[in-house]
Amino acid sequence: MLAKRIIPCLDVDAGRVVKGVRFVDIRDAGDPVEVARRYNEEGADEITFLDITASSDDRETMVHVVEQVASEVFIPLTVGGGIRTVDDVRRMLNAGADKVAINTAAVFDPEFVREASGRFGSQCIVVAIDAKQVSGEGEPPRWEIFTHGGRKPTGLDAVDWARRMADYGAGEILLTSMDRDGTKIGFDLALTRTIAEAVTIPVIASGGVGNLQHLVDGVVEGEADAVLAASIFHFAEYSIGEAKRYMAERGVEVRL
Amino acid sequence: MSRTIAVIDYGMGNLRSVSKAVEHVADPGDRVLVTDDPGQILAADRVLFPGQGAARDCMAAISDHHLNQAVREALESKPFFGICMGLQVLMSHSEENGGTDLLDLIPGQVRRFPEVRDERGRLLKIPQMGWNRVRQRPHPMWRGIPDESRFYFVHSYYVQPDDEGLVVGITDYAVTFASVLARDNLFATQFHPEKSAAAGLRLLRNFLDWDI
Repeated sequence: MLAKRIIPCLDVDAGRVVKGVRFVDIRDAGDPVEVARRYNEEGADEITFLDITASSDDRETMVHVVEQVASEVFIPLTVGGGIRTVDDVRRMLNAGADKVAINTAAVFDPEFVREASGRFGSQCIVVAIDAKQVSGEGEPPRWEIFTHGGRKPTGLDAVDWARRMADYGAGEILLTSMDRDGTKIGFDLALTRTIAEAVTIPVIASGGVGNLQHLVDGVVEGEADAVLAASIFHFAEYSIGEAKRYMAERGVEVRL
Repeated sequence: MSRTIAVIDYGMGNLRSVSKAVEHVADPGDRVLVTDDPGQILAADRVLFPGQGAARDCMAAISDHHLNQAVREALESKPFFGICMGLQVLMSHSEENGGTDLLDLIPGQVRRFPEVRDERGRLLKIPQMGWNRVRQRPHPMWRGIPDESRFYFVHSYYVQPDDEGLVVGITDYAVTFASVLARDNLFATQFHPEKSAAAGLRLLRNFLDWDI
């Protein structure tokens, strides 16, 4: 049986790993190659890098980071952040990334997803969706796509958007709840389950993990195919190995 | 003794990971070449044949790079490791792209995963993306790798060889399918050893050491 994947996520700014709590408070957790190697040794199933670098000069730094990591760590690598053109995709894949995550650029130009998946294959195109609940209390739940770190609404319904991106050739969806990101109170399970049921491509749950039970909830109640977390792993609150053993004890199929 | 290992490059997929993984397990004197040159491929001691993408695109790329003959000869003459599409294109025919004729070096078909529902009634995700178990049948390449080890898969199609005797690895996803085939000097996996952490690296090391 296919294992549920545990994916540590590293936010990288100018070549250094950082993690934003609600994208405001940034803390430094080290060198990306070292961190990636440690996660690989702990049994991470994949590693995701999100390039949060603002300046284009430093984007080149990210290419080197990917090259270095891909030369030493032999598990799948995903790179997101600032992927806007077919050339950006090609550059990251050539540097050794297995997948790229496309976020804002997909919202502004959905055809870009079709073009990129047509050119490089669906298997390497992840569409990152940042969703926020917009329905009020007592209303049927509804989520909308937000850009710019959750500040700008787009008016796009999250479920419709996920289906459309799957139709356009996305191979996977990285789903982040902007309501939960950085809160440590757990995934938005209703959102995760709704999207996972709406598409037949894998869904990675993200945003809100504070303890190991949250990871179990994400795959069991949220029906996610993979779970992504950052701070609980970065600050050694839990190792990946602990997370996997905890999940296995609760009946979740994982790679031990 | 130093060896030359050729990674066949026909423009389909990122070969950097394959070459880096082989370099990682190779001896200091070994040379790893990423090449589309038939001369270099046929002069190498060992050959890896990776590949990603759609069947029709892969076949067109092999043809565009004039590699049909080199692949055929390498497969007949030296240790040869097919990976992912580098396994599938060896077969006779694929259901992909409305039906695609392949290299026909291993008689058999490439089929799409059927739509299957899980115990909760949800459609199984296609592609299979992630770590799945491989049940081994005896083969020297499995040395030091525990049976049922997990490897990293990304695919929507699987191979079905006419000769069941070629199957040396079996995986369950939607159906029970052949995830590894072997014949004489050929070993080919549906999964990506270069992305399968320790088990994958061990398999690549075994390939370098494989005496046929």
